[in-house]
Amino acid sequence: MKSSISLAARVTALTAAVALVAACGAGGRDETEETSEGSTVGITDTSVKIGGHFPLTGVASPGYSEIPTGAQAYYDFVNAAGGINGRQIEYVVRDDAYDPTTTTQVVNELVLQDEVFAVVGGLGTATHSAVVDFLNEEGVPDLFVSSGAIMWGNDPEQYPNTFGWQPDYQVEGKIIGDWVLENRPDAKVGLFLQDDDLGRDSEEAVRQYLDDQIVEVVRYTSGNTDVAPQIAALQAAGADLVLGFNVPSYTALSQLTSMRLNYDPEWFYSSIGSDVNLVGSLLGRFSEGAITGAQSLEGMISLEYIPGVDSTDNPWTQLWQQVWDEHGSGEPLTNYRVYGMSQAYAFVQALQAAGENPTREGIVAAIQDGGMDFEGPQLAPYRYSEESHLGISGASVFQIQNGVPEYLTPVLQTDIGDSPVEEYTGEPATPPENGIPE
Amino acid sequence: MSTSVTKSPSTGITTKWAQLTATPVRRHFVAAVIGLIVIFAVLESVSTFRQSQLTSVAYLAIAAGGLTLLTGINGQLSLGHGAFMAVGAYTAALILRAQDGSWVVPVVLLAATAVSTLVGFVVGVAAARLHGPYLAGATLALAVAVPGLALYFSEYLGGEQGLTIPSPAVPTFLDDAMFFITGNDLSSTKFISYISWTLLVVVFFLLANVSSSRIGRRWRAVRDDEVAAELAGIDLGRARILAFVVSAACAGAAGAVLAMASRIAAPSGFTLVLSLTLLSAVVIGGLGTLAGALIGAALLTYIPPVVTNLGLDLGLSSLQSAELAPLVTGVFTVLVILFAPLGLVGSYRKWRFTRKFARKGEK
Repeated sequence: MKSSISLAARVTALTAAVALVAACGAGGRDETEETSEGSTVGITDTSVKIGGHFPLTGVASPGYSEIPTGAQAYYDFVNAAGGINGRQIEYVVRDDAYDPTTTTQVVNELVLQDEVFAVVGGLGTATHSAVVDFLNEEGVPDLFVSSGAIMWGNDPEQYPNTFGWQPDYQVEGKIIGDWVLENRPDAKVGLFLQDDDLGRDSEEAVRQYLDDQIVEVVRYTSGNTDVAPQIAALQAAGADLVLGFNVPSYTALSQLTSMRLNYDPEWFYSSIGSDVNLVGSLLGRFSEGAITGAQSLEGMISLEYIPGVDSTDNPWTQLWQQVWDEHGSGEPLTNYRVYGMSQAYAFVQALQAAGENPTREGIVAAIQDGGMDFEGPQLAPYRYSEESHLGISGASVFQIQNGVPEYLTPVLQTDIGDSPVEEYTGEPATPPENGIPE
Repeated sequence: MSTSVTKSPSTGITTKWAQLTATPVRRHFVAAVIGLIVIFAVLESVSTFRQSQLTSVAYLAIAAGGLTLLTGINGQLSLGHGAFMAVGAYTAALILRAQDGSWVVPVVLLAATAVSTLVGFVVGVAAARLHGPYLAGATLALAVAVPGLALYFSEYLGGEQGLTIPSPAVPTFLDDAMFFITGNDLSSTKFISYISWTLLVVVFFLLANVSSSRIGRRWRAVRDDEVAAELAGIDLGRARILAFVVSAACAGAAGAVLAMASRIAAPSGFTLVLSLTLLSAVVIGGLGTLAGALIGAALLTYIPPVVTNLGLDLGLSSLQSAELAPLVTGVFTVLVILFAPLGLVGSYRKWRFTRKFARKGEK
């Protein structure tokens, strides 16, 4: 008797519990879709909050950690002048130590916790690939990625919110190939490649021009600091012009190793690996003081797509120097800081183009529609359009002569694919009077 | 006799409770159920960002849980468990890139566990012959070598920039069921958070049972005295290999979750730092305790962002705050080792034990 009562009680209790859960539950889903004018996350009447991920600590931090300091100085400069449409730019920089897992965490934090309006200048190919899907799913503008991979801009349908900024590896590779074909037609060319998309995309582009001239191709994986086998292979093949598509530390390593092997070809590095000051200081460190500074890089050829610190006559460099003197940390201005400032300048232009009441959708549309005409420090124009979200379209070849860069060519312009390399004939832009784009 | 007749309701509940917690397996089961309820309540009430942070705690804890068994109970030191996470992550990446269906997640988890079990077996056979610093060295080499494989086979494994991973689709029936109960959509982030924490509960339930079973006692015997263990009929090599395989399997499953959460498997995500992070989670929490692994993982996940934000609030620059985080983590680890050499959980248990013992002594 007792057990049957308790059984009944249990059944009743269970039924009641299920009914309770069902009653508490939300039941079916409302099918109404929320419609709105556009997302204004991160925007108030007095501020715009943006963020970026950079390697502030860890192996990739030398050089790269200076980029956000430059950008910060320029935003401070703009804010001191009253901001954009009365809004102060708030710039949140998070450290990912160049580890893609950490990038995911810090970008989650930027988007979900800090609620930034846009991510600007996120650095690195592997690191940024980890978050590019997330940013596009969440509808966050992903502006001016600090990497030369073509994936940021060659397929806007896949990543409608993502925009590249610096010339992609293909553009650089083609300009280099075209220059060598014209100016060193008899050179035996060796390629020194980083074994990732930097090396791969560049090699593909260079081969469009120099397939017959290339006598040897060597690759290194980053992290392995012994490049003697690679350099020896180039030497054995008799290469008298080596094209290096590598990061700055490997410019220093390849220089040191070839000195040790008594190998003295002409070196042509793509822009990513050619920061003279950083390479010079790395050379000093790696050789424990035996080789100092830039003089060892005499004769090196490379590319430049924005005026750097050595072009002291350039009005843009003068502007950056002024900004850095007023709002910098007191350390010297470097090319990485100039990079950050030039990128920040592009963001300010985009924000202005998005109008008085910017939305996430609005700023993406503004760059896509008008970004090609943004005038700034870049030597050749951006390629932003409906079909392409790739950035700067060209660069100029320079050589280190007597310790300073001498330009060997006018600005050369091209695009991905088989478009030709041509001279850019547009007038170089000058910065506005107050240093802030109108 | 009379007590059973005049049994009051409260003592009835006590007896029920006593019955429920009578054996280790039942105790672990009760703890798992309570854990699941707490997880449900927490994940439903925190923001999406917190959910993603909790996911990191869970996958670190799963890997640290396996490692704490290996190091704390079996006495083998591994500096290379990040490599097994890499194996799991790359397995998950390859499967998720190939297909996407409602049941892809369990398939991914099982496959990642299976592959890392296999790799763990091969490494474990070698590891069983090594001791102390030699074992540490061998596993260290493993941690350095495995990410290199991704560079060598860059055609299949994506090389330096890694394989991006599509986020697994939330099964419709699960989404509808969760919406029915909670009134919230099951977002992709929350879904992965649920996966990671459910997996954590399942793994810890299994590990706790293994640890308190005959297998666990054998492992301890091997750790404490090899000769005595061998005299007692325990096959040393077999016990060591099994411990290694179990912990590698945990790391593999954790790696799969890491891959799903971070949406990428790239060599730079599996550097030596990851392996050392796992080890310090184990050391901070307390060698050999699962609760310690969880606490250690949580601390190592939360300290860096909290310190960074604190630094920013104090007016430091982003760079200075970012540099502060590893410093504070390091100092914290040193302090724990100095003042609580058994780890947080280990030291707490010792303190409770000595207090209990002292009280019994007074009687």
